[in-house]
Amino acid sequence: MKQKIRIAAGQGFWGDLPDAPVRQVEGGPIDYLMLDYLAEVTMSIMQKQRSRDPSAGYAKDFVPLMKRILPACVERNIRVTANAGGVNVEGCASAVVEVARELGLAGKVRIGIVTGDDIMSSIDEMLARGIELRNMDTDEPLATVRDRIQSANVYLGAGPMVEALDRGAQVVITGRATDTGLTLAPLMHEFGWAPDDWNKLSAGTIAGHIIECGAQASGGNCQYEWRSVPNLADVGFPIVEASPDGTFVITKHERTGGWVIIPSIKEQLVYEMGDPHEYITPDCVADFTTVRLEYEGRDRVRVYGIEGRPATEFYKVSISYSAGYKAVGTLVYSWPEAYDKAQASDRILRTRLQRLGLNFDQILTEFVGANATHGPLAGRPSPDLPEVQLRVGVRGEDRKAVERFTKEIAPLVLTGPPGVTGFAGGRPKVEEIVAYWPALIPKTEIVPRVEVIEA
Amino acid sequence: MQVQLTRLAHARSGDKGDTANIGLIALRDEVYPILVREVTAERVKQHFKGICKGEVERFELPNLGALNFLLHESLGGGGTLSLMTDAQGKTFSTALLRMEIEITDGEAQSLEVE
Repeated sequence: MKQKIRIAAGQGFWGDLPDAPVRQVEGGPIDYLMLDYLAEVTMSIMQKQRSRDPSAGYAKDFVPLMKRILPACVERNIRVTANAGGVNVEGCASAVVEVARELGLAGKVRIGIVTGDDIMSSIDEMLARGIELRNMDTDEPLATVRDRIQSANVYLGAGPMVEALDRGAQVVITGRATDTGLTLAPLMHEFGWAPDDWNKLSAGTIAGHIIECGAQASGGNCQYEWRSVPNLADVGFPIVEASPDGTFVITKHERTGGWVIIPSIKEQLVYEMGDPHEYITPDCVADFTTVRLEYEGRDRVRVYGIEGRPATEFYKVSISYSAGYKAVGTLVYSWPEAYDKAQASDRILRTRLQRLGLNFDQILTEFVGANATHGPLAGRPSPDLPEVQLRVGVRGEDRKAVERFTKEIAPLVLTGPPGVTGFAGGRPKVEEIVAYWPALIPKTEIVPRVEVIEA
Repeated sequence: MQVQLTRLAHARSGDKGDTANIGLIALRDEVYPILVREVTAERVKQHFKGICKGEVERFELPNLGALNFLLHESLGGGGTLSLMTDAQGKTFSTALLRMEIEITDGEAQSLEVE
């Protein structure tokens, strides 16, 4: 058994720095590259893409990326875990197999395919059996939005990925799997951690949490001494250097920018945190109040002491459903009295919307430059404000009403207060809202599937 | 004396549905007990008046010198439903750092805050 495993984060979300994974592979020694592509809304976007083109529905960028790095990965035995498969894991895997063959790697690469997360086709049958899939936030039963559902996927954990690695997969492609599982799976595979070794599983999960947002652990979005973060233009993405006992060091490649310091790790630890005593994943319940941090050298923070508890009997389900329409319009008002003018303009706009008899579930006005981020905490803006952006958003079920709203923005330039510009982009775009419905499902309802194919 | 949190702590915030979370981290170990004493869930609820429409929950992480706050019903419906510029609550962290808290003269002296 190896005594140190290095897992490098290559993507913090779908659309992160395109060259980051390449730099992780080329910048120094690593054993694994983990790539997190799926945010909550991503699955529904992919579902839409697939309904137009049956070969689509996964993170397309993953395929050209594999073309760039697969030869080096094979040569140096770097294995990849990625939830790039979206709603078409097989399609994604076929594209990667094709790339491997083009690169002359036929017979040299095994691809692991993890499926079983997509429960769209069994929803009605489950509802009929009394599995209500109630919304975890509002407690409403799923039946209330049944006819508007667009996708439904269970967050699978590390288990199926471990099986794929055990069976020799060089690249493991999943659909909706947890981002922490992408890091935990290699550790369970390499160190032979048992699926009920809760402290170690929690350690691997927290390691995954620290690196799953990419550079947000290594100097990006770092509030602590932000001016002093070195060379962010060349920021190094984080790497977990893990030991069999469940302790690990967070670091990054030498000669890269950013920093790995205790404050940057603390900021990432608390990011999107709920109850720190119970960070629930399919694999375990990790306790963030047990995490200990200490320096082990420059850009090296050691993490130890982590404890956790048994996993729950449930998987989390991510269901997306159509929830009406929205549009956001903006105009920019200049000095003098920019804020007063923007406010006057907003009053005129709202009067006109009211006269048109348009009904919305919500209308929101923000004044960017005055209160868009801190609201009333920002206080009343100075009368000398050089400029302010009026930003008005509407949301509702009636597409026509939202469309009508978009025609009321630009006319304010000739029919409202003076000193206004910023309408060159044309009318605001009407967007269909795909909302997210979190629910729990008994684990016994789900059968993850693992397939390993030879390129 | 009154001191603004930004001189004593750093923070990061994010979202889970319509709930914003703010992790508030003491810049020095000695500051943590002051945060525990002064930055209560009630104070935070009051601070975010007009922004946070639901409850505020607070959790303590003494191991990190940090407090975690959950601000329910704060993101205009959350996720894709929200019309807010900051639908993900990313700037709630700095909004919290605007808060003024009370520290004793002794604390001010030992923390070298004037």
